[in-house]
Amino acid sequence: MPVLSILIFLPVAAAIVVVCIDRRKTDALYGVGLAGTLAVLALSAVVFFRFDPNQAALQFVQRTAWIPSAGVSYYVGVDGISLPLMMLTTVIMPLALLSAWGSIADRVKEFVLSMLVLETALLGTFLSADLVLFYVFWEAVLIPMYFIIGLWGGPRRSYAAIKFILYTMAGSALMLVAIITLYLHSGAQPGERTFDLIRLGRLPVAMPLQAWLFGAFALAFAIKVPVWPLHTWLPDAHVEAPTAGSVVLAAVLLKMGTYGFLRFLLPLFPQAALQFAPLLSVLAIVGILYGGIVSWAQPDVKRLVAMSSVSHLGLVTLGAFALTVPAVQGSLLQMVNHGISTGGLFLIVGVLYDRTHSRQLDDYGGVAALMPRLAPIALIVVLSSLALPGTNGFVGEFLILLGTFQTNPAYAALASSGVILSAVYLLWMYQRVMQGPVAVKERARMTDLTRREQWLFIPLIALIFWIGVYPSPLLRRSEASVRALVEQVTSHQSPVTSYRP
Amino acid sequence: MTPPAIDLRSIIPELVIAATAMATMVGGLFLPAGRQHPLRWLAALGTVVALGTTLAAGSSSSPAFAGMYVRDTLTRVLQATALVAVLLAQWLSGDYVERMRLDIGEYHALVLVAALGAMLMAASSDLIMLFLGLETLSIPLYVLAAFARTDPRSQEAGLKYFLLGAFGTAFFLYGIALLFGATGSTGFQALAEQAHAPKTFFRAGVALLTIGLAFKAAVVPFHFWAPDVYEGAPLPTTAYMSVIAKVGAFAAFVRVYMVALAALAAQWSTALAAISVLTMIVGNVAALRQTSIKRLLAYSSIAHAGFILTGVVAGSPAGASAVAFYLLAYTFMTLGAFGVVLMLHRRGEEADRIADLTGLAWRAPALGGAMTLFMVSLAGLPPTAGFLAKFYVFTAALDAGQTGVAVFGVLTSVVSAYYYLRVAYTMFTGQPSEDVGFAGGRWVTAALVAASAGVLVLGIFPSRVTAFVQQVGQVLR
Repeated sequence: MPVLSILIFLPVAAAIVVVCIDRRKTDALYGVGLAGTLAVLALSAVVFFRFDPNQAALQFVQRTAWIPSAGVSYYVGVDGISLPLMMLTTVIMPLALLSAWGSIADRVKEFVLSMLVLETALLGTFLSADLVLFYVFWEAVLIPMYFIIGLWGGPRRSYAAIKFILYTMAGSALMLVAIITLYLHSGAQPGERTFDLIRLGRLPVAMPLQAWLFGAFALAFAIKVPVWPLHTWLPDAHVEAPTAGSVVLAAVLLKMGTYGFLRFLLPLFPQAALQFAPLLSVLAIVGILYGGIVSWAQPDVKRLVAMSSVSHLGLVTLGAFALTVPAVQGSLLQMVNHGISTGGLFLIVGVLYDRTHSRQLDDYGGVAALMPRLAPIALIVVLSSLALPGTNGFVGEFLILLGTFQTNPAYAALASSGVILSAVYLLWMYQRVMQGPVAVKERARMTDLTRREQWLFIPLIALIFWIGVYPSPLLRRSEASVRALVEQVTSHQSPVTSYRP
Repeated sequence: MTPPAIDLRSIIPELVIAATAMATMVGGLFLPAGRQHPLRWLAALGTVVALGTTLAAGSSSSPAFAGMYVRDTLTRVLQATALVAVLLAQWLSGDYVERMRLDIGEYHALVLVAALGAMLMAASSDLIMLFLGLETLSIPLYVLAAFARTDPRSQEAGLKYFLLGAFGTAFFLYGIALLFGATGSTGFQALAEQAHAPKTFFRAGVALLTIGLAFKAAVVPFHFWAPDVYEGAPLPTTAYMSVIAKVGAFAAFVRVYMVALAALAAQWSTALAAISVLTMIVGNVAALRQTSIKRLLAYSSIAHAGFILTGVVAGSPAGASAVAFYLLAYTFMTLGAFGVVLMLHRRGEEADRIADLTGLAWRAPALGGAMTLFMVSLAGLPPTAGFLAKFYVFTAALDAGQTGVAVFGVLTSVVSAYYYLRVAYTMFTGQPSEDVGFAGGRWVTAALVAASAGVLVLGIFPSRVTAFVQQVGQVLR
């Protein structure tokens, strides 16, 4: 049974049902959307538990010719690197839809439709093993996201949406040229050429060309992550997007970039990756520190959370380019963790915004007294985001720092100071919003969490503690693939240039 | 001299179209003004029959009519594309023509004659034939541009198009004269032989020929007529013209450069690469600030001419197939976009301002969805025909070593996303204007459904169409 194809296209099937429903029945629209995403979640859980942890190669593979004459195939599969991201997507999407149920009431049909199409595109991005198929899904993500930001966003939504799409398209345009060039190098005759990721991974590409192709791919991914200094689209997109859009954007969309590092950049261009790893690591560290400092200075709570993503994803990038097994595994785990904790933070901001319609820190204060159920939840999410031991964030950050220390202690030391920064600005945010005298103007509106809103956080908190205490189900499944990847890349290391402390 | 029967059999599609055009014209003379509706059915029927015979007819690489005409795989694919364009254009325009009280019989006859011109251009194997096709294509388009006789804008558009078009044709003709002087023949065969050791005369002839074709295809720097003519001509004419002229012109580009002048590829590919890059930049940048949807689509058609030219620059069989695929994709997405505008009116006039689209998606969600689809496809985003079309031309260009052209191509595509998505976005935001109403009919709806299906099928299940257009490559081998 082609499980992965069903997984990818089930949201589209739900979208077709949504099209047929009367637009006035908003509950039915949300219900169908939620049911569709929950069904996808159930199916992905089946894949997760039936996944063989000892195998490094792709599993549940399905492959048929798509455009045979151009060497393009419909080729999907899941391995230890894509499995965590597939799970992250399927967990976050129902939560994002649920968060919108209470707050987005107009044009619901189109909203649910966009979210469902977005889920298909995201799952396709993470599960494709053919470069053209990957590119198709990668670009297809932009259109629903463009409308989610542009139609249901804040006052400057039009500007933010077009900035988001132009920025990311500009990056991926050159990636298309690189993909085609790689294809043309894979064989002399059209019949021998391929877009197959696995076969292209074994293809030797001569050095100046490899560096150019690396650059084109790296640019596309670095914009998506975003790696400093390419992050300027992110605060605008996040601040203007509706809560559900911010959640998906932060939790899943940004991971497309870091996933791209591991899935495409490292295996396709190993020599160039080794050569440019220091550059990307330094940019990542600058991002960690810069993101942390800028977050600290934000008066706007949503912008604060958005900028904290630049910092946290800098750490993920650093781990990916440390090229040791623990660091890459930590990087992968931290992608999931960031999805959970930052997704949670955006949900909290959304809950507050629904009540006060303000994002300014100055307008809050003493919320804990008014919303006693939200306060502990927010504390847990904040602590997870700043990586307190016992929460999910600690495991990921620890692995990244450990793995980075093995190759370059200085990087690890600098990155650790970013961890301290995140504690500063996150606790400061918590303090200003939740504690102190009540500074909210309209107290009557600050009702505590509704039952629907509680259900947003219960799964996230369960995941925070589950991964924090017992991460091995995830780590065990990713280990074989990560080990194979790291070995493949480091085998290209020439003894002269290698750096071993 | 009577041509042998076998020759007549090879031009059955052309004969069908010519006969239908004449029947429609004559019918228009005899049927009273209010009862000309059957002529639309007649025109559509003739087009369907011609399409069927084009697809059913085999292909042979040996020229007929004393070396004037060839029905090879290139002819077959491009004629099929032209006929699809005609069919969609007929469905789109029918209601408008009736609503505006234009002459139905004449309108459809002219549309068919223009199609005949494009078909002959695709099938030519001689410069005289190519010229004949070009004129058969152009003259009805001049008339169609001025077809709303009482509207001064339309008159101006027709005159402008005619004068500049005649100018371009003169260049073309002069080029033929020089080439005849250099080779002593007008056949493509002779051209191909001389191309191995070209004289100065020969080069000058090729250059003038290029100018003539560039006029028709609206390629920079010969594009200045396009925005004005597109804006002034009646909407259905603009839609039809933007597609059929491209099919004809690029059929000629493929015939002349890729087939006849293959030996000179090293020289013309550089020149065409420069023109192509220039066209992509000018078209896409100029489109950014347009407020009229007709002018926007005019610059969009210029930009797409640049993208299509990228396939010609490649000079390879893959490039020729990419051109054919692009023309088909372009037909669906451009006619679709025009079709959406044709569904609207502003107090009985054309709703040709982008602002007229404001908020309409909430009054007609399907129309908004269709427009989004066409705009996404025109911007070259997956999973649509526009993406694969660009993917094919850029692959061909990169394979031919034209990396610079491909890089400019993808980057200008990003620029194009800005103005295309703005159109789609406008449909979903703001309050719709009271002045704008819907003027749809069954035929336009059918055309929009067909165009949407075409954009999606070419984007998601392209393997059959790709295999079909790949026959084109055989001509180059």
